[in-house]
Amino acid sequence: MICQICEERQATVHYTEIINNQTVELHLCEDCARKKEIIDQFGNFSMTDLVKGLAGFIGTESKEENLKCDNCGLLFSDFRKTGRFGCSECYKAFRAELEPLIKRIHGSTKHVGNFVPSKHSKEVQALSKIEKLKAEMEKAVQQEAFENAAKIRDQIKRLEKGIKK
Amino acid sequence: MSVAKLVGQIAGWLQKEGPLSDIVISSRVRLARNYDMIPFPHRANREQLKEVILKTEKAIDGSKYLKNVLIIDMSELTDMDIQFLVEKHLISREFGKSRAEQMLAVSDKEIISIMVNEEDHLRLQCIQSGLQLLDSWRLINQATLELESQVEFAFSKKLGYLTSCPTNVGTGMRASVLIHLPALVITKQIGKVLQAVAKLGIAIRGLYGEGTEAYGNFFQISNQVTLGYSEEDIINNIECVVKQVVGYEENARTLMIKEDKKAIEDKIWRAYGVLSNVRIIDFQETLNLLSLLRLGIGLKMIDKIDRILVNKMFIITQPAYLQKLEGKKLVPHERDIVRASLIRENLERKGTNKDV
Ligand SMILES: [Zn+2]
Ligand SMILES: [Zn+2]
Repeated sequence: MICQICEERQATVHYTEIINNQTVELHLCEDCARKKEIIDQFGNFSMTDLVKGLAGFIGTESKEENLKCDNCGLLFSDFRKTGRFGCSECYKAFRAELEPLIKRIHGSTKHVGNFVPSKHSKEVQALSKIEKLKAEMEKAVQQEAFENAAKIRDQIKRLEKGIKK
Repeated sequence: MSVAKLVGQIAGWLQKEGPLSDIVISSRVRLARNYDMIPFPHRANREQLKEVILKTEKAIDGSKYLKNVLIIDMSELTDMDIQFLVEKHLISREFGKSRAEQMLAVSDKEIISIMVNEEDHLRLQCIQSGLQLLDSWRLINQATLELESQVEFAFSKKLGYLTSCPTNVGTGMRASVLIHLPALVITKQIGKVLQAVAKLGIAIRGLYGEGTEAYGNFFQISNQVTLGYSEEDIINNIECVVKQVVGYEENARTLMIKEDKKAIEDKIWRAYGVLSNVRIIDFQETLNLLSLLRLGIGLKMIDKIDRILVNKMFIITQPAYLQKLEGKKLVPHERDIVRASLIRENLERKGTNKDV
């Protein structure tokens, strides 16, 4: 088999990637594989290459090309070229165009994982407070300030109760 | 802070063996997070990138888990330093390409690392030995939640965590397992296994040569989808697949021995013989021979060498790592000589897993 890049040397490196039932095979000579940074090191294959191809697929060119994100100035046509958004607001600016793309990549358009709208979550706040208090309590015990330690312990208990509700 | 502190240190995940470590090398979980409104690194200006670093440093300072991390300013590093960090599995190859206004935070035992201003503002990863995805996820999730109690990450109720590339949106999680499948490659069943895994909607990638075991026989299994499933579901799915593949590899090993035990034994002992006596060796040959040695330990044909030592040797014999250990730049020929003597020294110590 001949190397798919230089079409000159014998291909000895076979790179196989299978995603969602589609097999991408690369047959390369060692030189070209090194140049493509595939070989290099054990186990650290690049994740980005396989995604780059994704951006160019959504429909044909249309009026959406000039759609623009007001926050970062990215045009929809830029996104199609690079497959990268410019900022978190781009997701709002291109919402309509985005749906089919997201659906195609993930087979879903609804997040069901970790739900932590950050600071707004009282639970997260309480959890981190508890961690801090636990450290304080340990310190107090070490310093034999038991009265203080007991106070902190009660505080922790109250917080923990709040979370369970 | 430079990388000097990391040179003499062996990462925590290389110092012990996790579940199924006969076949599974390591488990890694990576989370992508971004700050609201600030442009993603590839579109941000210097000021904005600086803002990301400052915000992150402050949040790290205020967190319990990450308080004692080593902070590395990427702009101070040489090309070799960068390569060294890649070889240590602490950063991606993409990270460090631009270097200006990039920062790396590394935990005590190199179990957790955070790349700041890579493709996303934050890439947080946890790496552990053997099959420990769930545990790795818990660790990195906890660390991330701690940061999140102080800063606000870009999050949409519908789409979850927002990322620079739409392939990471949702959980922002990539869970991957590095797995060693020499018997499947030698018995030429690997193609079939790759196909079978693919049907399960999971990515598996690897390199294998035309001969037998050309590139160490390592494969990486990871989730492709980050949206529509919970983190635990994604991880369970991968762990299931990994266990299945481990089963295939075990069967292949049994079959191989049944068919021609002496031939395998010969291959393995030859590899051991070469490694113990070699005077000049490049990294690729090292990979292949260490791969066989590792198989030999798994098959209980070789018992005086510790698998932990072999795992460590895969890492420290890489080009930049070698040069950092030697403390100077070496041309390839010099490297091959230093690599050979490092291998011999390590094998002579017969698997006692002391310092490098
Ligand atoms: Zn070529
Ligand atoms: Zn934008």
